[in-house]
Amino acid sequence: MTSSSAPLPVTYIRPGAWGLRQALVEIWHSRELLYFLVWRDVKVRYKQTVLGIAWAVVQPFLAMVVFTLLFSKLGKIPSDGLPYPLFSFAGLVPWTYFAAAVAGGANSLAASRYLIAKVYFPRVLVPLAAVLMPAIDMLIALGMTAILMAWYGVPPTAALFALPALVVFLAMMAFSLALWTSALTVHYRDMRYLIPFGTQMLLFLTPVAYPASMIPARWRVLYGLNPMATVVEGFRAALLGGSGPGPMAIVSVAVVLLAFVTGIAYFRSVVSSIVDLI
Amino acid sequence: MSEFAIRIRELGKRFTIGAREQQHDTLRDRLAAAVARPFRRIAAAGLSTSTNIWALRGVSHDIPRGEVVGIIGGNGAGKSTLLKILSRITEPTEGEAEIHGRVGSLLEVGTGFHPDLTGRENIFLNGAILGMRQADIVRKFDEIVAFAEIEPFIDTPVRHYSSGMYIRLGFAVAAQMDPEILIVDEVLAVGDVHFQRKCLGTLDDVARGGRTVLFVSHNMAAIQRLCTSAMLLDHGRLVYAGDVRSTVAAYLSGESRGGYAADQRTGAAQILSADLEDMAGRPLVNAVCTEPVVCRIHFVLPHPSPDTRLAVVVVSSDGVVVFTTENGDADLRVPTGPGEFCARVIVPANAFLAGEFHVGVALSNASGTVDQLDPGLSLSLDTGPSPLYRGTSRRKGLVHVPCAWSFEEVGAIAAPAAANRL
Repeated sequence: MTSSSAPLPVTYIRPGAWGLRQALVEIWHSRELLYFLVWRDVKVRYKQTVLGIAWAVVQPFLAMVVFTLLFSKLGKIPSDGLPYPLFSFAGLVPWTYFAAAVAGGANSLAASRYLIAKVYFPRVLVPLAAVLMPAIDMLIALGMTAILMAWYGVPPTAALFALPALVVFLAMMAFSLALWTSALTVHYRDMRYLIPFGTQMLLFLTPVAYPASMIPARWRVLYGLNPMATVVEGFRAALLGGSGPGPMAIVSVAVVLLAFVTGIAYFRSVVSSIVDLI
Repeated sequence: MSEFAIRIRELGKRFTIGAREQQHDTLRDRLAAAVARPFRRIAAAGLSTSTNIWALRGVSHDIPRGEVVGIIGGNGAGKSTLLKILSRITEPTEGEAEIHGRVGSLLEVGTGFHPDLTGRENIFLNGAILGMRQADIVRKFDEIVAFAEIEPFIDTPVRHYSSGMYIRLGFAVAAQMDPEILIVDEVLAVGDVHFQRKCLGTLDDVARGGRTVLFVSHNMAAIQRLCTSAMLLDHGRLVYAGDVRSTVAAYLSGESRGGYAADQRTGAAQILSADLEDMAGRPLVNAVCTEPVVCRIHFVLPHPSPDTRLAVVVVSSDGVVVFTTENGDADLRVPTGPGEFCARVIVPANAFLAGEFHVGVALSNASGTVDQLDPGLSLSLDTGPSPLYRGTSRRKGLVHVPCAWSFEEVGAIAAPAAANRL
């Protein structure tokens, strides 16, 4: 037996020993697995589809056409002085991502419970991969936004530099929600009905089809309890220029941080119960 | 660098029985339960509705590097729980374990395959799930494909694979993991004999490569062949640890009994009881190898079952199968049922040499084993009035094979010099 000179990694297994630092280190070490989980979902998703990756653009584009006909032409809804199709598309890009991430994220843990009971890997990779996968679609849709901007002659402004931060915030929001919903779905079948319905309802509470400026100023902070309002307003301001979400952003950030911290705790408790009950 | 691969200190895992009943499938159930709880608490008068059981308790053991350790014990002994804790799938309730090196677990081959992905894609996915680096997978890709014997189908979705191909591919990926510590749980229960042999060979190589292996199996022959030491668990406790032969012997003697009676009726086809007795139907005491041994098996078939088979296996004290017999050998069919039946299997006199044996019984049908006693009843045979034991009480071997002996003179030796004769 040859003993290698490199020191072997030592793992201590004891009850409840799982610091945040250790968790982050582990996730970093498992980044290739994260990549493969996302890659798997992308592959599986577009296998046996005719349009393939074009769905990333077709979905928000068709929604934009419908929104323009319904809300702009019939409903005469204002669009902050921007061409309505562009206005709604800039909102539909983060919204389409959000809806896909929530749907995929909610199902992720239940779909992987067999794997979790058999192999160890950092469990948060499951909802994390589920919310990262639709981000690829969002990047493609952002490219489509650039084309539309050129078409309507709307030049980008310096606010564009805020976009990466907004994307990170959006992903973190979707991830926090996925932690909660994926864990809840394991125990409560209600979630299967609640999630599509809730997503649909939230669309009305989010300024995708209409501008947030339609909401009276004194309700604006309350409106920020829906972080998607901040995200959509932010995306619009970053891409097309404008005033941005304003103070309601603070409320939204607080909501997401709270959902993130509580989500991690709840997710952990549910994951250990999955393994012990199988 | 530590000389130990794994150090386990007072490791314990508690499960809450009844937790499953307390799980509510809908929010409405949970609300209803919350409302009912105060009333139920009054009714139960402080009695706890759930009980805790320790699947593992107070287990301490050090495993030196390079050791191949067999983990044996009956069902519910805590073997799988121990492996799950060591492979970090579940957390212990108390105690701690120290693991030196990377752990690869081969708990179930093919776990994490996606049916819609091709063999090639699944190799990468599965490798990543098992903790391999992409560069390593690329480097070992050809080896994996060759080992799994699936070259022509590498770009076919694994959904179209036969179960054998699926298992081969799963094992092939896992076999290339190359961790310092490998955890193997009953993988050899699947696949054809040719492939099982190949897997055992791979494990042999792994063991000889100086890696530490933890191996759980009910196959005592495989345990004895592969392992250098063993741990015996019983009801969550480590009851014996030592060299593999003595641990297997401790397991077999502890597990088997004079008679067997099922704890409860399951409602399915089941062995209700099994006993060893003499020809007159008396319980077997002070049995000798010169008398026949009767194995009486009482079983129930609740539904008509045309393809039922009953088999008896006799195993030596160190786990080697001496022989098996089944109803088909006597050109006899098991009654179709439904009903309760009794089978008598007579092992003729002078079949065995004196020694310790274990008698297992298995009830099976077309879809596989439905009930079994493993390792079953203990059979202790003393020497009897047999020419075999004339002048000695010990003979090597397990069975008595009556061989024909004869002598004939084939040549005369020339008489020594006559001068020597007086």
